[in-house]
Amino acid sequence: MAWQRRLLRVNLTAGTCVEEPLNMEWAMKYIGQRGLATKYLCEEIDPKVDALSPDNKLIMATGPLTGTMAATGGRYSVITKSPLTGAVACSNSGGFIGAELKQAGWDMIIFEGRAAEPVYLYLENDQAELCPAGDIWGKSIWEADEYLHTKYQDPLIRIACVGRAAEQGCLYSAVVNDLHRAAGRSGVGTVMASKHLKAVVVRGTKGVGNVRDPKAFFQATAAGKKTLAENAVTGQGLPAMGTQVLMNVINEVGAMPTRNMRDVQFEGAHRISAEAMLEPRESDGKPNLVTNAACFGCTIACGRISTIDPQHYTIQNKPEYMHASGGLEYEAAWALGCDTGVDDLDALTYANFVCNEDGMDPISFGSTVAAAMELFDLGAITTEHTGGIEFRFGSAEALTKAAELVATGEGFGRDLALGSKRLCEKYGHPDLSMTVKGQEFPAYDPRGIQGMGLAYATSNRGACHLRGYTVSSEIMGVPVKTDPLSTEGKPELVKAFQDATAAVDSTGLCVFTTFGWTLEDIAPQVDAACEGGWTSESMLEAGERIWNLERQFNLDAGLSKADDTLPKRLLKDAAKTGPAKGMVNRLDEMLPLYYAARGWTPEGAPTDETRQRLGL
Amino acid sequence: MKITLKLYASLARYLPPEAVRNVIEIEIPDGASVHEVLDRYHVPRGEAHLILINGLYVEPEQRDEAIFRAGDVLAMWPPVAGG
Repeated sequence: MAWQRRLLRVNLTAGTCVEEPLNMEWAMKYIGQRGLATKYLCEEIDPKVDALSPDNKLIMATGPLTGTMAATGGRYSVITKSPLTGAVACSNSGGFIGAELKQAGWDMIIFEGRAAEPVYLYLENDQAELCPAGDIWGKSIWEADEYLHTKYQDPLIRIACVGRAAEQGCLYSAVVNDLHRAAGRSGVGTVMASKHLKAVVVRGTKGVGNVRDPKAFFQATAAGKKTLAENAVTGQGLPAMGTQVLMNVINEVGAMPTRNMRDVQFEGAHRISAEAMLEPRESDGKPNLVTNAACFGCTIACGRISTIDPQHYTIQNKPEYMHASGGLEYEAAWALGCDTGVDDLDALTYANFVCNEDGMDPISFGSTVAAAMELFDLGAITTEHTGGIEFRFGSAEALTKAAELVATGEGFGRDLALGSKRLCEKYGHPDLSMTVKGQEFPAYDPRGIQGMGLAYATSNRGACHLRGYTVSSEIMGVPVKTDPLSTEGKPELVKAFQDATAAVDSTGLCVFTTFGWTLEDIAPQVDAACEGGWTSESMLEAGERIWNLERQFNLDAGLSKADDTLPKRLLKDAAKTGPAKGMVNRLDEMLPLYYAARGWTPEGAPTDETRQRLGL
Repeated sequence: MKITLKLYASLARYLPPEAVRNVIEIEIPDGASVHEVLDRYHVPRGEAHLILINGLYVEPEQRDEAIFRAGDVLAMWPPVAGG
């Protein structure tokens, strides 16, 4: 099989690194990565544990196809209990470190406890060593990466690292790998820093063998690559325009959350879109976009590599920001731009670079800045709080200064590091936080895309588009077109997307393959790699099992039906413009039907029959 | 009648040079269909996947019908997706 069949358990309190066999019985039920690591987490921690205490654990997990020749087979996930939401957290990242970990001979690393002093893990094939991180604690991710590459004199080591934001306790800190790929959401980086673990350095030269049926694997992965290459989205659209192509689409359909979701269309959207990233600048005649980029094994290559206008105010006397680096994806461009009302493409790119350099989730950061701007607008926050910054919607200066302050944990940055929910509570306006379960919304307004309202409300990690991306059906027509303004059929649609995505997230593949693939394309690849007799049906069932396992963790952690809701603004204040003008999200029509479709009680708990059916 | 035409992503190449930021106001005959507008600007029908009028999806079977009203906004994309 494509499994290495072993995990590394790192006890940071004791300073030990111990090899253990991977639980293959669980792998047969939960596939790997998101599913398998969640099973480990559920078995090993009390769901009520303080997320930032040594009793929480943090798992870095690969899937069975990570590190193989399957297209996009380079993904890994970070699984823990979230300090932002109190729910289960699972953040997925590309780049190269996932494949490197597998090639070093490990399927998973479980970190437990807390080191007395900052450390990093150095992992070279079988050799695992905890090393003092005093020289890099307090440094940015980019500085730490350079230090470690210089120290080991090996350009091929792969590094996952937390930034100063995480060290300072920012609740939406990411684990950044390969400089600008991130396990971004839910504060997984905050947990890592709370364990005094600065970085994980990996070098693997063993390769990934043990494929169950090599001939079938060659055939299945080659067929999959052909499908992706011939698909207009994965073969042409994403490599050329990236996810940012959605900026004008979502604005046109009136589902662009704008100015902390006061509005559903942003007048400046075209200035920060994929099309704008291709326009030559006046200063140097070059466009923002330098090239696209691919993660390990990826044949799509949706990544953006960008530069900032050399004359832009943000980078004067900052040579470290004058080179090409990870550019704007749609989610970052929306949160940093539309939600704050800022239409300065270079300011957004700068804020995105800062988020990469110091490991902040740009969705949560941008949304929190947007909430702060609304609080400033109402007078609940003043320049006395902000240290003199005029925190007005549309202010690029406020946005970029905020990024710097959160990155270093200074001044008003400490308030912004709390996230939108705690910030709005602190300043007396909890209803202005655009969050579910304490996690900030992504870039689709559920008044204009009804199914996404249900997807957000029921997402196991708080508001998230990647737990059930019904946008694909409601807007793009993949796999079938549904009406974004209707709630009909959405409970079943959301469930189907959630279950399928949970399965894909557990394989080591990128969820973007699903724009071209279905589980019918993925199952033969997993089955050829692993024992288990995987079919599209058994993978979908595993996805449903994973979803219910996560749900049970959250219920045991103290969450309930009351947390499956949306902010009042989206349920009471109608959209002002666009096709959804006059509409709110009709969650009340969908939620009971969703619970029924899931086989849950009216209170949102899996019934005994459902648990039995899924083998939970 | 006058309508606004927006062509994005790889369809932008079919815009007349006077278009600004992917947008141009055009004059179409009364009763024109979406497909007739596509043909006039040499946009291959197979490339225009996502077609919106005033932000609302135009079903494939509606694309030969006279559905425009003066002032409508017609926006089109090739197959796109994101996240």
